[in-house]
Amino acid sequence: MSTATQADPANTAGSASPLAHRRPLGDRGFAILAAASGLLVLVILLMIAISTSQQATDWFSTAGLSGVFSTNWDTATNKFGALPFLYGTAITSLIAIIIAVPVSLGIALLLTEVVPRRWARPIVLLIDLLAVVPSVVWGLWGIIVLVPKLQTVYTDIASGLTGIPVLSTFFGGQSVSGASFFTAGLILAIMIIPIVTSLSREVIATVPAIDKEGAYALGATRWEMIRGAVWPHSQGGVVGAVLLGLGRAMGETIAAALVIGSSPEITSHLFATGYSMPSVIANQFGEATGGEFRSALIGLGVLLFALTIIINLSARGIVERSARRAKGA
Amino acid sequence: MQLRGIKRATIMGGGVALAVAVAACSSSSSPAAGGSSSPSSGSGSSSLSGTLNASGSTFQTNFQQAAISAFKSLYPNVTVNYGGGGSGKGRSDLASGTVNFAGSDSPIPSSETSSFAGKTVLYFPVQIGPIAIAYNLSGVSSLKLDSATLAGIFSGKITKWNDSAIKALNSGVSLPSEAISPVVRSDSSGTTANFSNFLVQSAGSAWTLGTSSTIKWPSSFKAANGGSGVAQAVKSTAGAIGYVDFSTATASSLTAASIKNKDGDFVAPSTAGANAAASQVTPKADLTFSTVWQAGATSYPITYQSWDLVYAKQPNANDAKLLQAYLGYLLGDGQQLLSQINLAALPSSIDSLAKAQLSKITS
Repeated sequence: MSTATQADPANTAGSASPLAHRRPLGDRGFAILAAASGLLVLVILLMIAISTSQQATDWFSTAGLSGVFSTNWDTATNKFGALPFLYGTAITSLIAIIIAVPVSLGIALLLTEVVPRRWARPIVLLIDLLAVVPSVVWGLWGIIVLVPKLQTVYTDIASGLTGIPVLSTFFGGQSVSGASFFTAGLILAIMIIPIVTSLSREVIATVPAIDKEGAYALGATRWEMIRGAVWPHSQGGVVGAVLLGLGRAMGETIAAALVIGSSPEITSHLFATGYSMPSVIANQFGEATGGEFRSALIGLGVLLFALTIIINLSARGIVERSARRAKGA
Repeated sequence: MQLRGIKRATIMGGGVALAVAVAACSSSSSPAAGGSSSPSSGSGSSSLSGTLNASGSTFQTNFQQAAISAFKSLYPNVTVNYGGGGSGKGRSDLASGTVNFAGSDSPIPSSETSSFAGKTVLYFPVQIGPIAIAYNLSGVSSLKLDSATLAGIFSGKITKWNDSAIKALNSGVSLPSEAISPVVRSDSSGTTANFSNFLVQSAGSAWTLGTSSTIKWPSSFKAANGGSGVAQAVKSTAGAIGYVDFSTATASSLTAASIKNKDGDFVAPSTAGANAAASQVTPKADLTFSTVWQAGATSYPITYQSWDLVYAKQPNANDAKLLQAYLGYLLGDGQQLLSQINLAALPSSIDSLAKAQLSKITS
């Protein structure tokens, strides 16, 4: 606190200072710079939204609501239905979240509550290294190493589960492929672990020591302390972290494009080939022959844009609300 | 406090200076004056200088790269950049004016003509190439297929290698009962468009999936990215069959099937077969044509072509001269580079028509 007062002459100078009339110049400059930077982001976002929706109107108006939300994507007959891609994006992100969240929370709790601080640092470094690997590298690793290995694993699982009611609808099926919804979900999970981990770690670190010590004083074990003191406090923030990870998983392009199998199908079989919104844009934009095809791909971008904005805004909302509650507590 | 204000101003000023410098850099793509290097050949080549930017067809990328480096030794002051990205991207880049010419494997489709309204686009055919039907079947070194069986295989109706339709074409070859796993392109591609166009024209009602740069394949098919991805997948999957451009198939040393052509002869993919198919073609007035499914005993039936698209009216005289020089090179000496990369040169009839069209590029 003492350093803050020293470093901030604007506070100590007060209104009585003879220099008071000079300050506004710098302040005004800074205010303008900050406001301009903030506005710039908004303007860029707005411009992206306007120009993409403009170019997507061809698709929206030709296909209509029923055409846009149909399951048939067949460029040879000019049918552009977005549902297979919406479904693929939702399913792969869901798989990613289901796998990544427990792992990330485990790591976050390990770092904050279990290992001594001097060991935590190298672990954090390692986790952050995961985030540094470019997505195309994940994709290539997926297609070259993971897909051939998983092909046999999936085939074994699928044949083992034949006839079992619920499990075979998800993990069975005739056309089992190494490149599938599940493989894409797996790669996405690894990719979002760093962001979910580091955000949850920060949230969990804000839990007041006094709460934790109180729990211990009442005779709680470490697990009971985490459940009773840490979890209620960090719940909201963790949900926000998960939603931010979800946003990232939904938008991931190249890694998913390489391992998802590139087939616009809606099926409950997770080991079957599928498609997602960003990967179809990346795959098909290059040779998209004009008119509605191109417009439809841009339209998919608009839908994805809207979807991620909603997810991100709600994540921010939840994080802020929980931060406010944490401060009040 | 005063000091802090000055610091802040300097930082902001530095930012402005940097922005100006960046802007200056990006706008200085205009030719540098006074090039003193001496060209090895060509009349007046030292007087030409400047930059040509292009994007489009990835089918052309290998040829363009070979031609650009050879052209550079003739015209040291001219820089040509070919960005690839796909025919669709090339055409939209040309429409938006970001490139000087665009590579495209197909003429401008009717759905795109509105973006070129009021402007004359010239088509310069530059290369011909066969699409190989590569397969991976141990013990089978030669395989004959016709359009109907190909249509059956690529629509998922023929699923075993010892299917009666394949057997009928290959008497004396022992075909295993292995499952056929077709490999297709996951990205949109001119190769897909021309392969499916071949099936539409040759197989009739046996082919129902239509023609486009992406096809709605049966979901059991394996999809791979790029021609090299398909080649890799065919190579590593037993029982696989895939369509891949001949130069990539040769580079990956894949085995390719002989395909029955319009005259009823089985022809293996080769640059000579592609050239034979192209020489059957009578181009339209705008030099558009299709080399798929042509007559002729030695014509390879799955042959396709690529054009460079240029506006007839260029914004300045220098751009027009540069384009004439570079496209003139592609149609002239550049044609000899094609055989080295397993692509076919234009037949002389089409080549001379294209050369005659060079004078239509004006400023």
